[in-house]
Amino acid sequence: MSKFAPKPAEMAAQMNQDYLVEKVKAHESDWMETPPEFRPGNWCYAPAPEVVESLGLDNPRKWSPDEEDWKLPADYKARIHQGMKERLDKNRAFKLFMDVCVRCGACADKCHFFLGTGDPKNMPVMRAELMRSVYRNDFTMAGKILKDWVGARKLTPEVVKEWFMYFYQCTECRRCSVFCPYGIDTAEITLMARELLHLLGVNINWILKPASDCNRTGNHLGIEPHTFTQVVESLVDDIEDVTGVSVNPTFNRKGAEVLFITPSGDAFAEPGLYTMMGYMLLFEHVGLDYTFSTYASEGGNFGLFTGNEVMKKLNAKMYHEAQRLGVKWILGGECGHMWRVVHQYMDTMNGPADFLETPINPITGTVFDFAKSTKMVHIAEFTADLIRNNKLKLDPKRNDHRVLTFHDSCNTSRGMGMIEEPRYILHKVANKFYEMPEKTIREQTFCCGSGSGLNTEEYMDIRMRGAFPRASAVKHVAERNGVNLLTAICAIDRVTLTAAMRYWNPGVEVSGLHELVGNALIMEGEKERDIDLREDDLELEEEE
Amino acid sequence: MKKIITPFVLVVLLGLIAWFGTAGLGLYTLFGVVLPYGAFATFIVGFTFKILSWAKSPVPFRIPTTAGQAKSLTWIKPNELESPSGAPGVLARMFLEVFFFRSLLRNSRASMVKGPRLVYVSDKSLWLAGLVFHWSFLIIFLRHYRIFAEQVPFFVPLLEAVDGFFEIVWYNEIHAVTLPGLYLTDALILVALTFLFLRRVLDTKVRFISLLQDYFPLYLILGIVITGSLMRYNLKVDVIAAKNLVQSLVHFHPDTSIQVGSIFYVHLFFVSTLAFYFPFSKLMHAGGVFMSPTRNLANNSRAKRHINPWNPTIKIRTYAEYEEDYRDKMKAVGLPLEKE
Repeated sequence: MSKFAPKPAEMAAQMNQDYLVEKVKAHESDWMETPPEFRPGNWCYAPAPEVVESLGLDNPRKWSPDEEDWKLPADYKARIHQGMKERLDKNRAFKLFMDVCVRCGACADKCHFFLGTGDPKNMPVMRAELMRSVYRNDFTMAGKILKDWVGARKLTPEVVKEWFMYFYQCTECRRCSVFCPYGIDTAEITLMARELLHLLGVNINWILKPASDCNRTGNHLGIEPHTFTQVVESLVDDIEDVTGVSVNPTFNRKGAEVLFITPSGDAFAEPGLYTMMGYMLLFEHVGLDYTFSTYASEGGNFGLFTGNEVMKKLNAKMYHEAQRLGVKWILGGECGHMWRVVHQYMDTMNGPADFLETPINPITGTVFDFAKSTKMVHIAEFTADLIRNNKLKLDPKRNDHRVLTFHDSCNTSRGMGMIEEPRYILHKVANKFYEMPEKTIREQTFCCGSGSGLNTEEYMDIRMRGAFPRASAVKHVAERNGVNLLTAICAIDRVTLTAAMRYWNPGVEVSGLHELVGNALIMEGEKERDIDLREDDLELEEEE
Repeated sequence: MKKIITPFVLVVLLGLIAWFGTAGLGLYTLFGVVLPYGAFATFIVGFTFKILSWAKSPVPFRIPTTAGQAKSLTWIKPNELESPSGAPGVLARMFLEVFFFRSLLRNSRASMVKGPRLVYVSDKSLWLAGLVFHWSFLIIFLRHYRIFAEQVPFFVPLLEAVDGFFEIVWYNEIHAVTLPGLYLTDALILVALTFLFLRRVLDTKVRFISLLQDYFPLYLILGIVITGSLMRYNLKVDVIAAKNLVQSLVHFHPDTSIQVGSIFYVHLFFVSTLAFYFPFSKLMHAGGVFMSPTRNLANNSRAKRHINPWNPTIKIRTYAEYEEDYRDKMKAVGLPLEKE
């Protein structure tokens, strides 16, 4: 267990005592005078100056959030004012969301961080007010004249610290925006806040380091090309051990029909690598003509958590590489925020990709019309289409040693609208599938608590609190239905929920969707499958 | 307490100012003509300005909140309301959002019970109170066309008939014909406003987030409703005189000789204050709700390219640069190269 979080029993006892959701005291208006408190487990490390420099961001220096002096630039006020003005002029959502909130409170108890911490500043409306108060002071007539009477306040170093704390205590999951009568999306405000904080050099290592590494090596983990191929090859060996089938992935191969891009976590982190094995089995099963790229070896994009320019820079590699290799279209692996970027940003930022073709599934002939401009298809769409057209030989019994539930990832559900495809696949590859309570799934799904680049060790206290609403729903089906596997289509989920389940629901493991597909696939020439991709026994005792 | 009490005192003061300004000081032209004109002009100009200022900022990315299945494979049923693939779905989504507050309809209340465990129960009270308030406000406003328009428009008697449904039952025997019937909306708006106010004060979360300017319009609108009702049900004013004054204003020939009872001027002053205050406040959600990019855009960004007018030019790390840095390592594991 992490030294950055109390023991689960202690945390639970504390929550039982506090009844966190009800804890918010009516502090009147003194929230403005309550400074943020930095204690172990509730803040992320600052990046090294070289990392900040490598991304061309401002004010590289050595500093730490738990120190008094953050070494802000002398003109920090002017920078924020100017930065805010630019963004208000460039982004209607931001401007509108600064103005129209009526503080009805519908969002208040919808945030996983609020539910897990009870900290009133984690109510989405409050998170936004932290910024609106400065906006009113700087940009509205009422604020300029009536000051704190209308909830306006000046920017001070304390306010900067507060922004840092709470805009890095938001995972941009958009759950609040589902409930807001005006669709106010805190993710938009957090994105802007993080961009503004970059102007002062206030940011976190766990986001900037991967972004910088991704730019240099092609993936967040900083894996160089030779290592990337070696790791994938070792998974090929594992596949052979389990199934007796040898798969032959290629890398950087020109003339392949499809470029396959998945988050690098699928190649390097447990349990994501079992999902990677599932992909490769699937492609072998249907004979897909595909290639990996070591240059575009990252589906994820920590630029989304940094700012629109870094996001564009990292994302550009996908089209750049697709064009160089001369593929027809791009297939994307299981990842949450990757798909927010691919679905809602990529074509706008780096398109038009007119050198690619409208994606057609070469096995079924299905034209993926809905991706005719971006030319990128989600693997769940691809696989669902294959199953629907009876192109896969599946034995769902091979997942009978699992009782599973499905965690919708924030980004694919609320930033893309992918709800049914994974469920369709799950029903075909597994027999024991139970849904969590309806207010915790689909468009109302809860974040894993560590999204948007907050999945770092030193943040464990807040992460486990943020994961609590999800964990609580899993616990419900674990107790009622005996669920022991939480399946997700997000690489960050696979890592962070594993930690969260160990913490809150020991005994529940986490998997990707295609790991289960891989288990169920009846491969040509396979040996008798008595273990799954994790090399766990299938325990297929016949019960007759 | 300051943020709850202060705006209340402020609204009471405003009412007293209008009362004494007319009854005491005889400033009928100020409260009957000058201030309403000023407020109305501010409202029109301010509202327009605000809408234009929002419209001036582009929508760089297509960011609808998808709250349902997107249009993807043909055999998967898309949810056109929650994840619209085109204009019809967007229009339907916006219509339900604007007229029926659809997002609020799914509101729930979370509570932590021993375990710890989180429990969610559906909570439609805010939706209902919000809906009742806004619709009542609209209907009352439309009923005022009896006074705003020279010829009473067709919809006014219609609304009055429906809204005054309880008239006969309520008043017939006791007050005979002298008292007008109670309008349902007059009662409903009072109930809704009271609920919204109590919710702000009693729900600790909402109380925490509330600002002074969240209470002010509540009091002000309550003031408008109360003075309006008083005029109708108790302190009778000369309705003909009131209509003549309003008509003279509407036709831009203000008749400064008309004097109505002071309660009328209090009502009018409250309304003027609301109109004046509107464009500078959160009340602009009335215009903003139409412009929210998370609601009014189709979820079709993979099928149709969305243009960002300020799409920045970014220097990327090209494949050539990458190969340059890693050529030897790539060669060693047999990766194909552009340059040997």
